[in-house]
Amino acid sequence: MADVTVDARGLSCPMPIVKLTKTVKSMSAGDSITVMADDPGFEPDVRAWIEAQGHELDSLTEADDVFTAVINVR
Amino acid sequence: MGNTATAQKATIIVFADTLDKVMAAFIIATTAAAMGMATTMFFTFWGLGALKKGGPADCKRNWMQKMLAWMLPKSPASLPLSQLNMAGIGAGMLKKIMAQKKIASLPELIESARDLGVRMIACQMSMDAMGICREELIGDIEVAGAATYVGEAQDAQINLFVS
Repeated sequence: MADVTVDARGLSCPMPIVKLTKTVKSMSAGDSITVMADDPGFEPDVRAWIEAQGHELDSLTEADDVFTAVINVR
Repeated sequence: MGNTATAQKATIIVFADTLDKVMAAFIIATTAAAMGMATTMFFTFWGLGALKKGGPADCKRNWMQKMLAWMLPKSPASLPLSQLNMAGIGAGMLKKIMAQKKIASLPELIESARDLGVRMIACQMSMDAMGICREELIGDIEVAGAATYVGEAQDAQINLFVS
């Protein structure tokens, strides 16, 4: 069970989601991915992406304008 | 990964050759692909300008097609804005602002679309009409006709026309 972190800080829409997708492609079900992003639209976008891809949101927090999402890959 | 059996589909017809509109098309295409949709872009008429690789090309053209080739954008890097272009000053300013804000450029978006497996098709009929030959276009572009597009669009959930 891999645990991968993606740093998408400084990237604007749609690149955080693109980067996340590219990383998840090489992962398998049961893995966990942590993604950090400061794009203001990231919160609704990552929720929509998780739903479309059928993954599971473990936690989503915000501190100092940086969103951190922990996602269980399905 | 999720989304195994029946992948949803998205198609986008790109009819425009202005930077803002082509960027909008590529942003939606890369995002649709990232959301797990099988995504197709069909470039027709002016939209073919977004697929030119730039540099010299040895295409057979008549004098009218030569004039078109001379007047139209030579590559994605030289697309004008649809509004406030001001002979390229507006496009240059927008690119500068986007770079400052770390917004992906059109070439970066095209690269991402490729990486995510977006299918890009150039319209054969438009190429013939406008005197655009295969060698002028970026390498991994398919050349096909309207039936190929409709075949993809008829069972797609998102079909867009960007003009």
